[in-house]
Order: sequence, then structure tokens, then C-alpha cells
Amino acid sequence: MALKSIRQAINEALFQEMRRDPRVVVIGEDVAGGAATAGERDCAGGVFGTTKGLIAEFGEGRVIDTPITESAIMGAAAGAAVAGLRPVAELMFCDFLGVCFDQIFNQAAKFRYMFGGKAKTPLVIRTTIGAGRGSAAQHSQSLYHIFTSIPGLKCVVPSNAYDAKGLLISAIRDDDPVVFCEHKLMYDLQTEVPDEPYRIPFGEASVVREGDDVTIVALSRMVHYSLEAALALAREGIECEIIDPRTTSPLDEETILESLERTGRLLVVDEATPRCGLAVDIAALAADKAFAALKAPPKRVTAPFTPVPFAPSLEKLYIPSPERIAAAVREVVGYRR
Amino acid sequence: MSGPITALTMPKWGLVMSEGKIVSWKKRQGESFAAGEEILEIETTKITNVMEMPQAGHLRRILAAEGATLPVGALLAVIAPENASDTEIDAFVAGFAAPEAAAESASVAAPAPQMVEVGGRRLSYLELGEGEGTPLLFLHGFGADLNSWMFVQPALAVARRTIALDLPGHGGSAKELGKGDAAEMAEAALGALEALGVAHVHLAGHSLGGGVAAFLACRRPEKVKSLSLLASAGLGPEINAAFTEGFIRASRRREAQEALSLLVHDPALLSRRMVEDVLRYKRLDGVERALEQVAEAWFGGGRQRLDLRDEIAALNLPVQVIWGREDRIIPLAHAEALQGKLPVHILEGAGHLPHMERAEATAGLLEAFASV
Amino acid sequence: MQLSRDTLLKAYRQMSTIRHFEERVQEEFAKGGIPGFVHLYAGEEASAVGTCLHLSAEDHIASTHRGHGHSIAKGCDVERMMLEIFGKKEGLCAGKGGSMHIADLGQGMLGANGIVGGAPPLAVGAALAAKTLGNGSVAVAFTGDGGSSQGTTFEALNLAVVLQLPAIFIFENNEDGESTGWRYAVGSGDIAARVRGFGLPSVKIDGDDFFAVYEAAGEAVARARRGEGPSAIEVETVRFFGHHSGDPQRYRSREDVLKLREERDCIKKFRLRVTAAGLLERAELDAIDRENAALIERAVARARAAPPPEDAALLTDVYLAY
Ligand SMILES: Cc1ncc(C[n+]2csc(CCOP(=O)(O)OP(=O)(O)O)c2C)c(N)n1
Repeated sequence: MALKSIRQAINEALFQEMRRDPRVVVIGEDVAGGAATAGERDCAGGVFGTTKGLIAEFGEGRVIDTPITESAIMGAAAGAAVAGLRPVAELMFCDFLGVCFDQIFNQAAKFRYMFGGKAKTPLVIRTTIGAGRGSAAQHSQSLYHIFTSIPGLKCVVPSNAYDAKGLLISAIRDDDPVVFCEHKLMYDLQTEVPDEPYRIPFGEASVVREGDDVTIVALSRMVHYSLEAALALAREGIECEIIDPRTTSPLDEETILESLERTGRLLVVDEATPRCGLAVDIAALAADKAFAALKAPPKRVTAPFTPVPFAPSLEKLYIPSPERIAAAVREVVGYRR
Repeated sequence: MSGPITALTMPKWGLVMSEGKIVSWKKRQGESFAAGEEILEIETTKITNVMEMPQAGHLRRILAAEGATLPVGALLAVIAPENASDTEIDAFVAGFAAPEAAAESASVAAPAPQMVEVGGRRLSYLELGEGEGTPLLFLHGFGADLNSWMFVQPALAVARRTIALDLPGHGGSAKELGKGDAAEMAEAALGALEALGVAHVHLAGHSLGGGVAAFLACRRPEKVKSLSLLASAGLGPEINAAFTEGFIRASRRREAQEALSLLVHDPALLSRRMVEDVLRYKRLDGVERALEQVAEAWFGGGRQRLDLRDEIAALNLPVQVIWGREDRIIPLAHAEALQGKLPVHILEGAGHLPHMERAEATAGLLEAFASV
Repeated sequence: MQLSRDTLLKAYRQMSTIRHFEERVQEEFAKGGIPGFVHLYAGEEASAVGTCLHLSAEDHIASTHRGHGHSIAKGCDVERMMLEIFGKKEGLCAGKGGSMHIADLGQGMLGANGIVGGAPPLAVGAALAAKTLGNGSVAVAFTGDGGSSQGTTFEALNLAVVLQLPAIFIFENNEDGESTGWRYAVGSGDIAARVRGFGLPSVKIDGDDFFAVYEAAGEAVARARRGEGPSAIEVETVRFFGHHSGDPQRYRSREDVLKLREERDCIKKFRLRVTAAGLLERAELDAIDRENAALIERAVARARAAPPPEDAALLTDVYLAY
């Protein structure tokens, strides 16, 4: 099976779904690029290259470059979705949620329920998350917890190319609005990815590593940092189980709880800020539904409660590191009442 | 000191194994073991297997803790005579060639499946080995793929060319099917052999693949040197429909786990990875439909449609039957009914997957058959 | 319009500072050491300088991701800007903001901005403060051709008109927004005319011509100071570099890019005009260039050598209890 990067996996999923279903359209800023310029059309293919090549096969009618106009992009995609298309709208950086939130959370997310179950809103919003590129406070956030907190939205946060392709195809075939969060530093990360289209169901976590001493729940880039920490810890005789929920809404509570029944110890690792986020949510899940199994208080490793700093040294401190994860695991494992 | 100090290292079972997890030691440090005795349980990416010691010895020091995941070649324990001193053991451990080297050799690219086009259909196969012997073709069971032979194919490949085929609708082969019945599958297998320049072949088929192999042998006996049927279809009407239906329906880990656990004598042996591999296959577009077609063609109404018992008995070539004592998919009775007519080997400690649960024993039986 | 010798010298000095700054940042970025990405303003200097020469520190501007030029024209310290771009402790924002967030409230610089369309509402707010406080100051929003289509921009324009605020909207039409041509993204094909529809005076001027910018901005600022409400100016300009440092610019033709510096250089045109008219000597302009080169050299040397923020700075400047 071929190794493919997350970028390739996403691109392939888009190609395959657009071939399969003429209602699938891609819309966003610079998704092709070069419109009304003297240079090449499709010179961008999305600022991260994920939509490259689509316009040559599907044309301007289905690969739609827009002005810089996020509210209208999101709203138009939501409107088109209820009117018969299956748009994949791109929000270049999740930080730009700020200028289009209404169309996502008051409109798209609410249609199905608010209209008494009559509406289908097969909309995918692809967006990017993550710090680590020196992009500072307005281009580095991980805001999936905001999407997760909104009834009516589904939220996908893949950590590898195999998951990215299968989850994106599921998202496109889903009849509810789905926000698909891609980490900017992981686009080149490769895994084996089948050439055929396939679907990964939402709400099914992936157990990335098995271990009996502590359960680490991590998303996106933090899955890899947790694995790094787990390798170091294994040398100390601590075996970590690492669970990647893959979708934060719906969340696979069962896999987390089952693991906790065995390990009795929980660490949640999250690149997002600490308040009202996934780490709190999952820690609360443990307290609520696995209290009897817990041998230590659930612990969280998150970004600090600050915006993302610019200076590389500060940004490095900002992002949870394998060392911080390992230290937290030692603390959880060493806990005595 | 009598006898050498030797290393017990993480074995490489099958081609893709790069690491294994110590599930449990069946002997304690300081204990002796006899030849053929089970000493250790190791979980691989597919299934948990036991490590049997080829000769008697003394387990002087255990270095790998239960639960640890280690690369192929890593030092697990030291085998040494009782009178070897601790200092000698220490020196041996300290001087043991770094597992880096072993890990490196383990990561040498495993042979990859290839594609062959037969009648406009892409079929995937894994070819291993070369030699004088007549080539051997492996045909897997319902919903499985060529990887199910990973524990036996390398052993058989020592003396001959071996080909493990993904049947139509399965593994890396095209998912589009006609009827998905034995005739279609046998034709595909025959086409693959022709394309690969194989004139005569030993056949080993498991479950549905056994049915295909038997069908092929009955229709084209001149091509077939021998036929090994493992927990095979086509030998009686009964089949556990709970498995086939559950397998088709399963889209989540829990459901898949439930269905797959029927395959093995001890569900604890199933690794999460094996379940995940099955799900990865089942998630592909077209697979569910292909499986439904195959199930309908082979087991529609919960009964096997193919019955080759009489034809097999009349075959003028060597045929053997291998079955797990605790098979919960196709009843052992199908094998027992053939006792007296054909060589029938019933393996203890195996369910429906003798080639995985009792890989060494199965490989031995296949080798004995393929080398005549 | 007759400009004093001092004003002309000041204008040249600022444009030259911006040009030297940006050319050098481009070089330094390629060498490594500047984190993230930078959007360079070279080619557009007349717009920032022609506008900001009418402003004092009491007036506010709100800028874009391409904000170095606006910051320099508004009086930000060049060395501390460079320190900021390098992510250093003594940077204008203590190394926490970087190129895209340079701000100096003491100079009335409300910040470069990572959000396209982020600036216009903020400038409207500053204009509202000016009007409410009655201090006679004005506020300027810089926006690109791309940003001119953002909803926040439209809302800000309308609000400024409704409240009759002392706000000036400068639309720097440098032809491309990332890789998308303005003729595609601006549906009506005319930014200035579209803005006029909101009910404010709006002109289109040649941004290569410093004097045109200076004159139009002067009128707009004066109108605002007189309490006659907002105005807008579309400045037709170009950026010499790509969208950001390292942009392969395949949306432009190579010939076009090469011609830009020949044909569309606002600083060159300024020099020609003032020397031809005998207003300034070539030698004094060259001297300014040399001073700027030395200034930037110092700034880079200092920025490279300077210490990063202390680790503790991660947790300061935010109300924080966790
Ligand atoms: C709300 C928002 N959408 C998109 C972007 C990404 N982006 C940054 S600059 C830019 C192009 C801006 O074009 P324009 O306004 O013409 O300014 P220029 O870069 O040409 O100076 C885009 C799309 C952003 N930063 N903010």
C-alpha cells in the first residue's frame, strides 16, 4: 500500500468524492488561485496545496475561488447544502472563524433541529489548526473545542493520513455539518493509505498504543507527542495506552471509559487552551462515569491560558511537549492518596 | 560450565512483523524446559502466538517484562546451563549485539504484494520463495486476505515458489464481482496462475478458499499436484451464519471484535490490530456489497451451497484435511466425516484458523504434502 | 500643491526607510532567523507615507498583515520593529506579536492585523472616540483590494457614514489578494465606486504618485477634522515582492514582476520629479539612503544579537489564574 501524506490523502479524498457525486463542490479563498491574474490558474490549490488539481478536472463551476469573504463563504455553503449541493467550504485558518461564526453556528448547525428535523445540511468546513510555525496569535489557534461545544456540528480532528482520508469521505457523505480540522504542521506526515475510497465512522476512537498503566487521550499533533513520551516511559517500565478520539463530536466515550476501567489513570493532552476545552470535557467524563475505577485524579496537559506567542522560544513553551507529557504521566502514575 | 549461553530474542513471525509484545511467560526465571515446550506468549500485529523451544534448556534470566513491546531481535531472556555464573550471564547480556542492528534488519522492506490483471480484473498476490519444487497457491477464507498466510507462507517458501492470492472482492483485489461464486473465484485463481506462468500447483485453501481450491481441483485436476483443505467450505451444508452476517454488518471495532472472536479458540488471542485490519478492509467502498454477494453465493439462507464431498473423494490426487478442534464456524463434523477416506488432521488448541493459531503445526503438514 | 522642502525630505526619508527595511527583511528572512512569515510593503511606500504625513501621534491608524510600511510612516521605532520581527524581548510588542501584529499605541498605531478586514471597524472605533472626546483627531483604516470585499469592511464603511465619523478608508489596490486577482474578487470592477455607494466621498488615485496620494489624503483628513465625516481613497499600487516572503508568485508573469521596479516604483518617480523640478538635490537624497542603510544595518545587527523574551513572559499580559 502506498505511503501518502495527509495533504495527499485529503486531496485524493476530494478528487474521489467529486468524481463520485456531482453535488460535491469546493469553495473558498485561493482553492485554485490565479483567477484574473496574468499567471497560472490553480497556482495555489489552497494555501496548503490540499485542493490542487481539482479545478483542471472539475472546472470553475465546482472549484470555486471566492473573494476574501468568510461569512458569505460559510453562509453560501450552508445555503447551498440545504438546497441540494454538498459543499466542502474552506476556512483557511480556523482563527478566521471570528469573521464568519454566525453562518456556522446560528445557521448551518441549527437547521436540522430548529426546522423540526426537516433540513439536511451536508456541509463540510475544512479548516486548519495548530501552533508551531511562528504565525502568532491570529494564525495558530486550535479552536476545535468551540465547534465541539455546539449542538448540530460534528467535529473531526485527524492525526494521520489514513484517518484523514476516511474521515473526510465520511464527512462529505454525512448529512450534517461537519468541521474538519487539519493541523498545519502535519500535512507532510505519511502513513499507508489505500487508493480506494473508504469511510471511517464518526465516534470511533483509535487506540494508537496499548498499555495498562495510564490512559492518554490526545488529538491531532498531540497523538504523536504522546507516542514519543510513551516510548520514553516504556523504558522506565510505564506502559501508556494512547487513545485518539479522532472525532470530538461525536466523542467515543466508551473506548475511553473501557481503557480507564483497566488503567485507572487518565491524562488528557490538548494543544488548545485549558478552559472549557476537550481536556476538561474528558476529565469530567472520567469523573462522571469512571470515578470508581480512578486511582489518581485525572490530569491535563494543555496550552497555557494565553494567546499563542510569536517568539519561537515562547511558542515552544506554549505547545505541550513530549517532556511535559511524560512528566505528567509520571505524576499520575506516582500518585498516592 | 556445560553448554553454551544463548540468547532468546524476539522472533520474526511472518514478513511484516517488526515488533512483538510479551503477553506472558509460561516459565519462570530459573526453570527448565523440555524440547517443544511452550515458554512464552507473544502478541503480534495479528494474533497472540506461543513460542515453543526447539530443544531443552534452562531459563536463566528473563529480561523482557510482561507487557513490554520490543523489536524483532531484542533480547528477551538468556538460556544458559545452571552452573553458568551470574557474572558470565551479566557479561553475555552486556555484550549482546545491540537490538538496533536487529531492528534495522527487521525494517528491511518486506516483500510487497503485486498486481496481476486477469480478464480485466486486478488481482493482488504476494509471491515468496523460489526453488525446484512445484509452486504452492494459498487461497484465503471469506473476508480475509493473503496476509492470513503470513505465519506459514515464509516456511513453505523456503523450498519453492509460493503465491498467496487475494480472491476477487478481497484484500487488494478488485471489489467488483459477478456472482462471487466458486466458479468465478476458481477461474480468477486459474487466470492468475496462468499469468504468472505456473503450470502445476499445490493448493492450500482455507474455509471459502478451501472451497475454491477444491472446486479448482475437481474441474482442472491435471493442474493440481495436491490439495490441502483447512477448515474448508464445500464439505457439508452447515456454517455459522452468525459469523458471516456479523462480519458483514460490523462497521465498528466492537462489532468486528465480536464477529472475529468466533474465529479463534481463545478470543483473547485476537489482537486489536487484527480487528483494525479487518475494519480497514471492510471500510473500503464496494467491500460490503462484495461480501454480501459472496455470502449469498456461498452461504445464502445460512447453508453452504457448494458440496464437493463426493467429487473430492473421487479425486486422483493427494488430498488432506486440516481442522481446528474448536472450530465454531464450520463444524468439525465435516472433517470427521472424511476420516478413513482422506488423511484428516485435527489440531488441538485451534478454532477456525489453524494456520494462525497453530501455525507451526499447520506449516509442517503443508510442507509434508508439498514436498512429495 | 506646494510641499515644503522639509516635508519633501521627510517624505523621502520615510519612503526610503520603508524600502530599505523591507528589502533587508526579505534578505534576512531568506537567511533564516525571522520566525513565521512576513508580508512586505515594498512598492507601496507612497500610500503609507502620503497618508501619514497628514497625521500626528494623536491620530490613529489601523493596518493590515502588510503593516511594516504603515508602522514606519506612523512613527514606530524602526529598531524596535526589527527586534519585534525577530521575536526579541525588546521588540515593540515584547516579541509576542511579530511582523503581523506590530503596534505602538503611543504613536497612534493600532496594530498590523492578521485578520483581513480586521482594521476598518477598529478605525471606526478610534474615530468614534475622537468624535466623542472632541479632540479633533482622525482615524485611518488601511485595507487591501482583497480586504475591500470583507463584510467587516462594508459594515465599518456604513457605520462611519451613519455616525458621520472622522474616518478615512485607504484601499491599497495592489492587484492581488494572495493569488487572486482583484478584477476577479471585486465584482463591480471598481473599488472606489463601490465605496461611494455607502454614501461617502471616494476617489481613485495613482499610488505610484506620492503627490497624488498626499493631496487626496490631505483633503480627506481635512474633511474629517472639519467634522464633515468619512472619506475613502483607492490607491492603485503594486507590491514588488510576493504575497509573503518566499511566495513563488506563479499568479504573476515573470516579465510583469521584472517590469514592476522599472515602471511602477513610487520612490524612483518621486526622485525624478523632485530633482527635475529642482526641489531637492540628488546628493541629499543619496545621503538619506545611506543613513537609512546604516539605520537598518544597526537594526538588524541589534535584532540578531538581542535576547529572546524570558520564558516567564509566556504567562504575562493576560489575566490569568490557571
Ligand atoms: C479573515 C481573513 N481571511 C483570510 C486571510 C488570509 N489572507 C491573508 S492576506 C490575504 C490577502 C489579502 O489581500 P489584500 O487585502 O488585497 O492585501 P494584500 O495582501 O494584497 O496587501 C489573505 C486572503 C486572513 N488573514 N484573514
